[in-house]
Amino acid sequence: MSEKVYGIIAEFDSPAAILHAAEKVRDAGYRRWDTFTPFPIHGMEKVMNLGNSMVGWVSLAMGGGAFASVVGLLWFSNAFDYPLLVGGKPMFSVPMTFVPSYIMLIMGGAVGALVGMLGLNQLPRLHHPLLHKPRFILASRDKFFLLIGALDDKFCEQETRQLLEAIGGKHIEIVEEEA
Amino acid sequence: MSEPVTNLKNYAAPAELRRAPVVECSGGLGVLTDKLSEFAEGKTPMWWWILFLPAAFCATVVLPFCLFYQVFTGVGVWGNNHPVMWGLDIVNFIWWVGVAHAGTLISALLFLTRQHWRTTIGRMAEAMTVFSVMMAGAYPAIHVGRAWFDWYMFPVPNSNGLWPQFKSPLMWDVFAVNTYMTVSMLFWFMGMIPDFAVLRDRATTRVRKIIFSILAMGWTGSARHWHNYEKAYVVLSGLCTLLVFTVSSIVGLDFCTSQLAGWHATIFPLYFVIGAVFCGFGMMLVILIPLRKWCHMEEVITLSHIDKVAKLTLVSGLIIAYIYAMEFFIAWYSGDPYEKWVFGHRLFGHTYWILGWMLIGINVCVTQLLWFKKIRANLAVLFVIGILINIGMWTERFVIVVGSLYQEFLPANWGKYMPTIWDIGLYVGTLGTFFMLYLLFVKFLPMIAISEVKGAVPHGDPHHVLGGATNKKGGQP
Repeated sequence: MSEKVYGIIAEFDSPAAILHAAEKVRDAGYRRWDTFTPFPIHGMEKVMNLGNSMVGWVSLAMGGGAFASVVGLLWFSNAFDYPLLVGGKPMFSVPMTFVPSYIMLIMGGAVGALVGMLGLNQLPRLHHPLLHKPRFILASRDKFFLLIGALDDKFCEQETRQLLEAIGGKHIEIVEEEA
Repeated sequence: MSEPVTNLKNYAAPAELRRAPVVECSGGLGVLTDKLSEFAEGKTPMWWWILFLPAAFCATVVLPFCLFYQVFTGVGVWGNNHPVMWGLDIVNFIWWVGVAHAGTLISALLFLTRQHWRTTIGRMAEAMTVFSVMMAGAYPAIHVGRAWFDWYMFPVPNSNGLWPQFKSPLMWDVFAVNTYMTVSMLFWFMGMIPDFAVLRDRATTRVRKIIFSILAMGWTGSARHWHNYEKAYVVLSGLCTLLVFTVSSIVGLDFCTSQLAGWHATIFPLYFVIGAVFCGFGMMLVILIPLRKWCHMEEVITLSHIDKVAKLTLVSGLIIAYIYAMEFFIAWYSGDPYEKWVFGHRLFGHTYWILGWMLIGINVCVTQLLWFKKIRANLAVLFVIGILINIGMWTERFVIVVGSLYQEFLPANWGKYMPTIWDIGLYVGTLGTFFMLYLLFVKFLPMIAISEVKGAVPHGDPHHVLGGATNKKGGQP
């Protein structure tokens, strides 16, 4: 098994430091880079230009789908397949369908939000090259990491390392992945 | 010379106007992480075992025993009999659903309104929701009498060609409670993913490492992941908030769509929602006050947070008082003799009159104590008030369910209801199961949302001096 370079990682001490470092990496023209933080840093999505997350749309699609399917199910089961007359009420009506369909809209939307979040993040994954780095366990504690990926067009071991040093990164290391 | 107040940039508000800090823990993010994960990683303390063993006994002996006896013998083992066909099983069902609601309100609605103090108690509130909905769901499932026919309630194609009857609110209830349980579990689990990663990275033994690695699902804390995660969190919070107002409304509809005097009122959906939230805040006080002390979380779950929970209890208690007044007013104003009879007998009838006074005495009168700052700062008194509210709200459900059924339209049909040992055993069993699950959660899972708290303290704010910012834009440290 050979190992190839996945990227270069640098460590920062505070949320403000990682935010400024991210601004500088962006201004240097890098495109394939990411930050790893113990909690979401406010303003990072603007610096990284992440735009609007698609999770909301996944949730809407699954919620809307669930709503429509339950309306269909109620019509099929209580008005078409086995028409059931209860207290002289219509076989199929809005008051009867709204509550269960609305409840299932919430169910669909919630499942959509979780599945969408995991899907868009490509989770679950059992392995990540960064998890090999002993210092990376601090990414869930009080350190903030910035990774510049080897697939970036501007990536060059020497220059990228110099940039990370210049913007105040500590413990700069090369991350390898198994090819 | 002090600065003129018009210069707001340099104006420091007087102490009493400043917002209380989210946590009172001094030290940086690392210290905070140690503090928050300490209990899940440390040695199991004695008090935990003292509480856990009786709870586990109720959950693994009392509950299964009562369940098996009831399922094999029939609903007749309970006190339910004509005319009171809904007894303690439905009372407890509503009570447990109610306990759940405050948890969702704290974790979801307060998230949407950006109340940072909720980060410290949100996870514990969600756990309360998840476990109490589980307990609630068990009751209707066995109350149907033949529990092995429960699947009839789901729209499953079957050889009889029959479908559930969706015009009944009882059917909507099946969907509502199942959805509530599923969605609050998803919300709870998703919130824990980053904290599982914290525990994974801190794990010292191989077993812990493997378990938390699987639960964390490879979470790295990438900004892209956080971006999607935060969106999903907002969406789930919004949906959970809808559920707070939907589930108990539907439980209320179970009652108010019937013709029975005492149930047939349009105020019921709102009544049940507020009652649920009120009861849940009571339970929140009962859980938070001892745990913050025993788990050494006084600096994290501060007196200010307890004070805020108490204030929310007071608000919901005041709405409850209004609804009680309105119920009695409408009973009189409607001119309906049956309504008047039922409501008059709630306070001045026989057998159950004491419960009517209990619910007014506790839910209306005792709650007024929370107006006083001294009471809200006195944890022992708050704990007792929390327990009283739980008893009071249980009484309320008993008065609504049994108090309306036992004297229906025809005096020839009147009867009495007394719970049997099996009713009580089942309730004790569910209480034990709830506390057993809760204690397991507190011991083994991240009981406080570690990443959320870190994001809410000044050290985690990139625009704050403590977060490394060079200017003072973020306000006073």
